[in-house]
Parts: sequence; C-alpha cells; structure tokens
Amino acid sequence: MTGKLVLENLKHKPMRSLLSFLLIGIPVTLILTLVGLSHGMIDDSNRRARGSGADLVVRAPTSAAFASMSTATMPEQKFLAYFSSQPHVKAVMGVVVHTVELVLAINGIDYDQFNRMTGGVRFVKGGPFQGPYDVLIDRYYAQQKHKAVGDTINLLNRDWRVCGVIEEGQLAHLLVPLKTLQELDEVNGKLNQIYLKLDNSANTDMVKAELKQALPEYQIISMEDLASLVRESVNRQGLSDFTAVVIGIAIVIGFAVVCLSMYMAVLQRTREIGILKSLGASKSFIVRIIWAEALLLGLGGTAFGIVLSYGARWVIVTLKPASFQIEIVYLWWPIAAGITLAGATLGALYPGLSAASHDPIEALSYE
Amino acid sequence: MSSARIIEIRSLHKIYRVGKVDVPALRGVDLAVKRGEFLSIVGPSGSGKSTLFHIIGGLTPPSSGQVRVADQDLAALTDAGRTNLRKRTVGFVFQKFNLLPNLTARDNIAVARYIAGTDSKPDPQFEEALRALSIANRLDHKPSALSGGEQQRVAIARAIVNHPAILLADEPTGNLDTENSKAVLEILRDLNERLGQTILMITHNPEAAQYGHRIVIMRDGRIMETT
Repeated sequence: MTGKLVLENLKHKPMRSLLSFLLIGIPVTLILTLVGLSHGMIDDSNRRARGSGADLVVRAPTSAAFASMSTATMPEQKFLAYFSSQPHVKAVMGVVVHTVELVLAINGIDYDQFNRMTGGVRFVKGGPFQGPYDVLIDRYYAQQKHKAVGDTINLLNRDWRVCGVIEEGQLAHLLVPLKTLQELDEVNGKLNQIYLKLDNSANTDMVKAELKQALPEYQIISMEDLASLVRESVNRQGLSDFTAVVIGIAIVIGFAVVCLSMYMAVLQRTREIGILKSLGASKSFIVRIIWAEALLLGLGGTAFGIVLSYGARWVIVTLKPASFQIEIVYLWWPIAAGITLAGATLGALYPGLSAASHDPIEALSYE
Repeated sequence: MSSARIIEIRSLHKIYRVGKVDVPALRGVDLAVKRGEFLSIVGPSGSGKSTLFHIIGGLTPPSSGQVRVADQDLAALTDAGRTNLRKRTVGFVFQKFNLLPNLTARDNIAVARYIAGTDSKPDPQFEEALRALSIANRLDHKPSALSGGEQQRVAIARAIVNHPAILLADEPTGNLDTENSKAVLEILRDLNERLGQTILMITHNPEAAQYGHRIVIMRDGRIMETT
C-alpha cells in the first residue's frame, strides 16, 4: 500500500516527477560520462599498447605514462643496437609520438620494425607506406572520420595520403613513417620509446630486471604494468579528483532537488497528511512514504541519467570523432544510483520530518 | 467506570494558544456515552463541538479534566498512544469527506486497514456494510469521479472498516443535498441499529440531530442541555 500511495503521488504530478528525474539525472550523466571517458582512454591506450606485440617498453627517465606528452630523447641507433643485442630480445621498434589532439597522437614507426613487432600488420585495406607522407589509419579512425584508402588527411599542417587501413589495437590510431615525423619534430635520430619483443613472454620479468639494472634511470615497463601506470597517470591528471567533485555536486543536487520537490509536495499534500494521521498513521509511516517517494525520484533520476549518458556519448563521438574514447561502464550504474539515493535520502529528511510533525487538526483544515 | 459507558468525560477543559492569547474552547464538559448509543451534538459555530470531537478522537490532548474512551485515559496518552487510538478505536467521518484524491475508493478504504495493520481482505461484516452503503460498483473510481453522496459513503466505509468502537461524524451531511443527506443519515442509523455501532454526530441540522438517541446542545464550550 505504501508503494501504491507513492506511485499514485508521482503520477498525480507528472511534470514535477519528470523535472525531478531530469534534474537528478543530469549529475548522474556527468558522473557516468566522466567515468566512461576515463575508462575509455585507459582501455584504448592499453589495448593499443598490447596490440603492438611487444612485451616491454623502454622510456626516457622523464617520460610520462602517456608517451605523447614526452619529448623524444633516446638516441635511435645506439639504443636500438643495444637492445637488439640483449639476450631474449627478438625484435625492437623505435617510436616517436606526436600529439595532434588532446588524446590523439601520431606514432612515427619504421614499417619493417612494426611488421616484425606485430607479427605481421593486419590490414583491412591497402598496404604499407609508399612515400614519406603516407599514413596508416586504424579502422576506428577510418569509421569515425569517414576516411578510406586514397583519401587525404591533414595532420601537422600537411596533407597525408591514407595508404592503408589497419585493424584496431595495433599501437596507434595514426601511424606515419618514423623518419618523416622525426624531421617534422626536429628530433632526427631520437626516439620517445622503444618496444621490445621477447623470445618468450615468460622471460619478461627477468629481462625487465636485467635492463633496469643496466639502465637504472630509464623506465622499463612490462605491458602488464602499463595498464596500472596509465590508470595512475589519468588519475594524476585530475580526472579522479574531478570525478570526486562531480560526485559531490551530484549528492548536493540530488539533495537539493529532492528536498525542494518533496517540500513542495508536503505543502501541497498537507490535508492528505492530516487525513492519514486521522486514520492513525504514525510519524514513522509519514516519514516512510515521503522517503519512499524520494527514493523513487532518485531511482527514476538515475535511470534518466543512464539514458542521458548514452546521449552524451553520442554527442561526444559525433562532435569529436576519433578523439575521446568513451565507454559505458555498467559497474558504475549501481554506484551512481547509490550516490543519487544518498542525496535523495538526505533531501527527504527535512520534508519528511516536517510532514510527520504536522498537527493533524491544522492539516485537516488546510485548504 | 461502567463497562456500558464507552465515553466518560468529566470537567474537560481545552485551551488553545493563539499568538499570545489563551482561547478557551471547552470550559468544563461532562459527558457520558453508552456503548451502542447514537448521540447528536448540536450548537452554534465556536461552541466547542469540533474540539470535543478532536479530543475524543485523539487528534489533540485535553488541557485538563478526565476523558476515558474505550477504557483508555486520554489525558495520560502520549502522541503515539493517541495515534494508536485513531487506528482502531475511533473512526472519523468529515464534512468535506477527506478522501485521498490520488487513490480509488477501494484504496481509500484499504489504506485505513493497512495503517491499522489489519488483514488486507475485509471481513464478512464489513462486506455486508459495504452492500448497505451501495458503493460496490463505484469502488474503482477516484474521488473526483464520485458524487458528494458517494464520497461520503466511501468515507463512512473507510471509517468503519476497522470496526472502531466509536464513529465520530463531524457534519457528515454538511456538504450534501437533502436526498443524499437522508441517505447518509439512514446509513448511520442502520450501522447503529444493526451493528451496534456507537456514533457521535455533530450537526447543525435539527432534522439530522433527530436521528440520535439523545441530543446534546453545546454553547460557549459547555454542554447546556441534553434531551
């Protein structure tokens, strides 16, 4: 019966209910979008790194987890020769990374090294570089930007010819000849990072330890460690703090919306509260129905926010194709619901207690 | 107190505080009501009729005096105690019907049972009363779709669904036309005669007052006369 009372109350003022759902839903959308962006960026980065076929990656001492944010400092010839001569190292690949958008980078590669590292580049269409200003794009980028083999892409203020479309998850969305990128960035003979493929992945820890001993200042990272490193880096850049702030705002908005909505509802239903009291409804009963209604508003708002998060993802992908990777993180649905319900519970407190303390005689005479 | 007396009131005073002024609403009321009695209370506005009802019904505590309702000392009852009194011991019928507008007639009755914590299925005695109220085919309508007479009959059904010891009807015909007023009064009389329901009814209508076994006349917070 409590459920019926609450549902009928929500149905009785559909516009109030819908507006409450919307206002509660917006911060839920913000949370889910931020978390989706964070997960999307981390997963995309890790997927591409793993897809390179490498077991270890070597970075200069000052490199960030996102290599695109670092300067190429490692001498190419010397380092490639050094790592090639190390035991268990089967293939090496030097890379220069250049950021073109906030989270989109071009990777300069030597095609032969890349081919050996990946165990054979998996093409969807087209083939390797034919000239210095050829670019390989992955299927994701091709679909998002509506590009195909033979098309031209403007990057770094130059036109590049798409020579091939490769499958996703092979190092980067955009690959250009290493020499060209080194010249453009004026880092001839320098590298951002060096990928190492071992004869057996089981040797990764051993090789990593040996290299760390030999090159203590350099970052020697296994692909397994890269995931947590990238996650830490994303969080260090403030995304987790930002998410925490948005969660705080969501609780405050949830609280304020529910408090205002329920307070208005209590005022409008003063007489009904008086009727319930005349029937013997206790204070806890009155608080319970107000609370139940607030929780329903919170749940409805969460559902609304989840639907809106799909819309937000569509907007981001449409407005910034092949840039921000955004995922729908189902794990965060119950978390967002919990955050909203916490706000709703707090918001229902004052209206609930106010309703419960109504004098029944005054409430019954309320017009 | 005699067990035949379901209500016994002695020297009842009730003072309301309005701003900084004390307003006496009841100034020493003595009243005894026997179980199964149908009592009409008449008097002009401000005579204290409704205040007397509110105290008997546990909506407000007395300021002083003794009030025993169904063997419970209302002066000693806490707020929670008065809430429990309203659940099972008294049932209210109001002039403005006071049905919950969002619920159907059936749910308005069900909510009273739910609050009282009784079974969800009404008992045969109530089903019989429901037939007498002639609202069986209107139970799935919301109050806005019911006439005044139908709403009041639903309100009566809601008031008696938990078999209260006392039914308090405050101007039950005040918002009804003559025909519906008569129908409601006949229903109250029927409930009293067939089920032995104790009824206290406030009315301004002298004809309606005649339905009671006794008529109590109130003025200025006192009982002036009992006939």
